[in-house]
Amino acid sequence: MIFVKKTFRGGVHPEDKKKLSADKPIEKMPLSKEYVVSLSQHVGSPAEPLVKKGDIVLKGQKIADKDGYITSAIHSPTSGEVIDVKKMMHPFGQKVLSVIIKPDNLDKWADLKINKLEDLSGQQIVEIVREAGIVGLGGAAFPTHVKLSPPKDKKIDTLIINGVECEPYLTADYRLMLEEGERIIIGIKAILKALNLNKAILAIESNKPKAIQEMGKALKADDYIKIVVLDTKYPQGSEKQLVEAITKRQVPVGKLPADVGVIVQNVGTAKAIADAIIDGKPLIERVITVSGSNIKKPSNLIVRIGTKISDIIDYCGSTFEKIEKIILGGPMMGIAAPSIDVPIIKGTSGIILLKKNDIVLYVPGPCIRCGKCIQVCPMGLAPARLMDSSESRDFDDCMAENILNCMECGSCAFVCPSRRPLVHWIKVAKSNIQKKLKK
Amino acid sequence: MEEEKNKLLVTVSPHIFSGLTTRQIMRQVIFSLIPAMLASFYFFGFRAFLVVMVSVLSCLLSEEIFQRIVGKPSTISDGSAVLTGILLAFCLPSTLPLYMVFVGGFVSIIFGKMLFGGLGHNLFNPALVGRAFLLASWPQQMTTWPLPGKVFLGIYDAVASATPLAKVKLLGQYSYSYSDLFIGNVGGSLGETSALLLLIGGIYLILRKIISPLIPLTFITSVYVLSYFLGYDPLYSILAGGVFLGAFFMATDYVTSPITTKGKVIFGIGAGILTVLIRKYGGYPEGVCYAILFMNAFVPLIEIWTKQKVYGEKNENH
Repeated sequence: MIFVKKTFRGGVHPEDKKKLSADKPIEKMPLSKEYVVSLSQHVGSPAEPLVKKGDIVLKGQKIADKDGYITSAIHSPTSGEVIDVKKMMHPFGQKVLSVIIKPDNLDKWADLKINKLEDLSGQQIVEIVREAGIVGLGGAAFPTHVKLSPPKDKKIDTLIINGVECEPYLTADYRLMLEEGERIIIGIKAILKALNLNKAILAIESNKPKAIQEMGKALKADDYIKIVVLDTKYPQGSEKQLVEAITKRQVPVGKLPADVGVIVQNVGTAKAIADAIIDGKPLIERVITVSGSNIKKPSNLIVRIGTKISDIIDYCGSTFEKIEKIILGGPMMGIAAPSIDVPIIKGTSGIILLKKNDIVLYVPGPCIRCGKCIQVCPMGLAPARLMDSSESRDFDDCMAENILNCMECGSCAFVCPSRRPLVHWIKVAKSNIQKKLKK
Repeated sequence: MEEEKNKLLVTVSPHIFSGLTTRQIMRQVIFSLIPAMLASFYFFGFRAFLVVMVSVLSCLLSEEIFQRIVGKPSTISDGSAVLTGILLAFCLPSTLPLYMVFVGGFVSIIFGKMLFGGLGHNLFNPALVGRAFLLASWPQQMTTWPLPGKVFLGIYDAVASATPLAKVKLLGQYSYSYSDLFIGNVGGSLGETSALLLLIGGIYLILRKIISPLIPLTFITSVYVLSYFLGYDPLYSILAGGVFLGAFFMATDYVTSPITTKGKVIFGIGAGILTVLIRKYGGYPEGVCYAILFMNAFVPLIEIWTKQKVYGEKNENH
């Protein structure tokens, strides 16, 4: 175990607000009356349903899948009846085909296939991960089996396990590291085996000394997992920034960490992999943090995929105030929910409810060229210029200025004194450019 | 009904913000200029107060009327017009006829800022544009400097005199002590007198992280060094005239100075060198104003030269 403070260029220091929920042990949320399992859990086209209205399903039964490379299976969160398969509002704001399940309250598992890690080959591990529907739980929800089978021509030499959790408020990964250290380590071993590597680096920010200590204890004499302590700075948990901080390698523009020999996996994902192997459980639930000034009882909850946000807010109790805005994920990169009835998807890491006073709506002013956005941009971009070019629909200039390097971390908009909607305009340009590239 | 009840606010991320807003930044800069402003009232009396008031008023009025004519929302509450007004007043002699002050404010705002598209779009420092215009239009009134009096808030009958730098240029005399120059007990424009109070204001802005120390540091250092090599008294050269005012408050204007770190260094050194060259070879005893305006014109070019490297652009390690 070594403690070296490492970090990256740029970044910001938002108030972390983790105190609200950091000491709340992970708690299981009781069964809901209805689940809405969206068939669009990650980037790429939605999965196809394997069940129809009226079908009886068991907990953990596969209810949707799709052939193809970047896809992953979806399972029923409990046992019960499929009451409909129809388009429902998705957290991202469009209606997406979803399986609606009414629980029979028996919560009866489908047959689960239990495995021993020692008996499995790397290929078998990747197959189990795919069948279990595991995706990156850090937020991007990229199918994990894809990341675990990098193209042959890319020589992978480093595995980084991401325990950074740099978004304010969120403590789900932190609690997992305190409570499920052993499972996480089993998961890391499985990932190592799948990638045919023998060493992993577990990255944790310096503001989580307890997690560093607990993970150190859980590791015991295992010397093939090294803990690296990173400076507390946002967005330290972003893949490319992690790779830069730990290996000093920079991922070339438009490439992935695998192109510089690095694979990054989140601690929650490692835990889900361990569950899938040891217990045979597919990914039907995840830990989320429910927090913010408008939440009565900040918590770290195990919630099933498909649980409606309204059920979770009822469970944790909102204060007497009217709910104005719901942030899914952290406040820096999270999305604002379009409705209180959208469900949890695999990539939802938290629900943040803020009081009216904490929701500030600014009228953007003109850019005064203070240069702060450039100073904080971890990707070395000039956000103000990108916004200008995007507003005037000069997407060629955006491309020339490497706009696709932007991961929308929000640091620029966070510090902008004129409160300009930089991320908004960058998103507009990116989606226009991506549409063009597809053609 | 149900839809209405569940209506949520949907905005793009991030959902939290930090740091000063533009308006707060402007207020802080104005605040940092107050000590030097009070000193100018003390040294030059009520007339100095009038010059500041007329200048600020002219800037506010010009901006407001311009916005109304072009049918755009009022922008004077952002504080930048007030700041321009104060900075312009700081470049003027307290004896300047008030209608000229008013014209200066008008030119600063309209020709220095609004015609470029308003705050954030101007190439040149608005206050310096105003000053340059006044100097070209009324050279005599703009170079008649009163001696500081000790009457506070009283109308003081100023005696025309040459500024410390003019004496150096015309007569080769270093006629003031360092301490007089430092405290501001010398003839000159409102704001170019007290180096001490400008320094305090400037350091305040640096500590509040509103301005970067790079431009003031490189500006003042290069004036010092080049003055030394050209045979001037270097300390006298940085304390007399507008070096401190220019270096801390004019050359650091976000809009008209480079964004990049390297760019700031180039800008500061360039302005410093030009200041001394104008003093030595130009027609005027003081060169800060034109030096900064000249460098303003180079900012777009400097920024192209000094563009920061994009993450992953060049990959040497792998």
